Amino acid sequence: MQPATEQIWRWLGELPDPEIPVISLTDLGIIRDVAWDDDTLVVKLTPTYSGCPATAVINLDIEKKLRAEGIGKLRLERQLSPPWTTDWISAEGREKLREYGIAPPVDGTAADGRLLARVDRLAGTSNLVIECPRCGSANTERVSQFGSTPCKASYRCKDCLEPFDYFKCI
Amino acid sequence: MPSLPDMTTPNVDALAAKAASAQAKAAPIEAAPELRKAFFEFLLRMGDNTLILGHRVSEWCGHSPVLEEDIALANTALDLIGQTQMWLGLAGEVEGEERTADNLAYLRDAAQFRNVLLVERPNGDFGNTLMRQFLFDAWHHEMLKALASSTDPRVAEIAAKAVKEVAYHLERSADLVIRLGDGTEESHKRMQVALDDNWTYTGEFFLTDDADRAVAEAGIAPRLESLKAAWDSMVNDVLDQARLTRPESTYVHKGGKRGVHTEHLGFILADMQFLQRAYPGATW
Repeated sequence: MQPATEQIWRWLGELPDPEIPVISLTDLGIIRDVAWDDDTLVVKLTPTYSGCPATAVINLDIEKKLRAEGIGKLRLERQLSPPWTTDWISAEGREKLREYGIAPPVDGTAADGRLLARVDRLAGTSNLVIECPRCGSANTERVSQFGSTPCKASYRCKDCLEPFDYFKCI
Repeated sequence: MPSLPDMTTPNVDALAAKAASAQAKAAPIEAAPELRKAFFEFLLRMGDNTLILGHRVSEWCGHSPVLEEDIALANTALDLIGQTQMWLGLAGEVEGEERTADNLAYLRDAAQFRNVLLVERPNGDFGNTLMRQFLFDAWHHEMLKALASSTDPRVAEIAAKAVKEVAYHLERSADLVIRLGDGTEESHKRMQVALDDNWTYTGEFFLTDDADRAVAEAGIAPRLESLKAAWDSMVNDVLDQARLTRPESTYVHKGGKRGVHTEHLGFILADMQFLQRAYPGATW
């Protein structure tokens, strides 16, 4: 008797992201498909960043979880296209990030290598405002475009003076 | 006493076959043998550029001027190594001789590497590392944008993934080139020296040989000359904002793309490949 794919999604929803354990793998939007191929369960995953070291841990966690739930035949597939975007982080996931102290991504602000965005930013005319996840102030500044993991940038709140991570758009 | 692995008779073929069979079966390659060879060559060039630059940048880990820059450099290196896994993984698939990305990274000698000479150059000071990164990022970003519409869907999807990461690399390296170039007298001086030093290594990006022409004709990759105008425009604009003078020299150091490297590559490989050479097949 094969468990329904809805049940599989629920099980996967119980798995925390290894680096940001307050959100689940389904919140993160990296599980792209769950389907039965005859008697084999196929789970398609997309990496967040090409070199993200959590990818191997995530695969292992999924395999352990599903085996523990009694899935005997399992295949994990990497799906690169379309590439992962922070737009896929669920609304619930964003709230959990904020509560955890990580500012959630501001959609539509990914770097695109164009000059205009950089000029705006250097001139201080960029409209990208990252609110402090602790005090809610919009008076924040970027310390570095990269943070503790590839997916984050480092910010500082100029009101409550706390440093914080921003889950940057990609 | 546990014995060390036998260092004299590594059965590389058996290890490669074992690793390959564990991966999903490769899609059949329909390309003609000549095109397949050019395609393989092209993929090595992409993967070796990211591998060698990724390794160079990773050498900064723990040595950067400030913590934030240390983290940024390590993250950039991580992206590049991740992209290497995809490019060299596909290279092994296209070659069809069951070599994995790891085999290609760890078991080839310097003359089989196809990266441009720029990326193997020593890091120098922080400014030099950033200048080299900017000159590379400006090319890399244009290249990946073009590859995202490759006729080969596997190339297109790797490029579509990588270009998003490289947009951040470019944004950061351009910002820092401007800040340091248009900074103090000392930082300005160092950035000009870094630019002059690296400049004659940038022409290799646009040098075209038979393999480049073959993949361009098949629509797998763009014509390299077609990237030059956009690269020039980006570089000129950033150098202008950085108050740096674009060197007049048109000399081109070349050879890396066909396996003729500077002495620096050998030292990188000695460091990078040591473990797999001494203990073939060692895994985490």
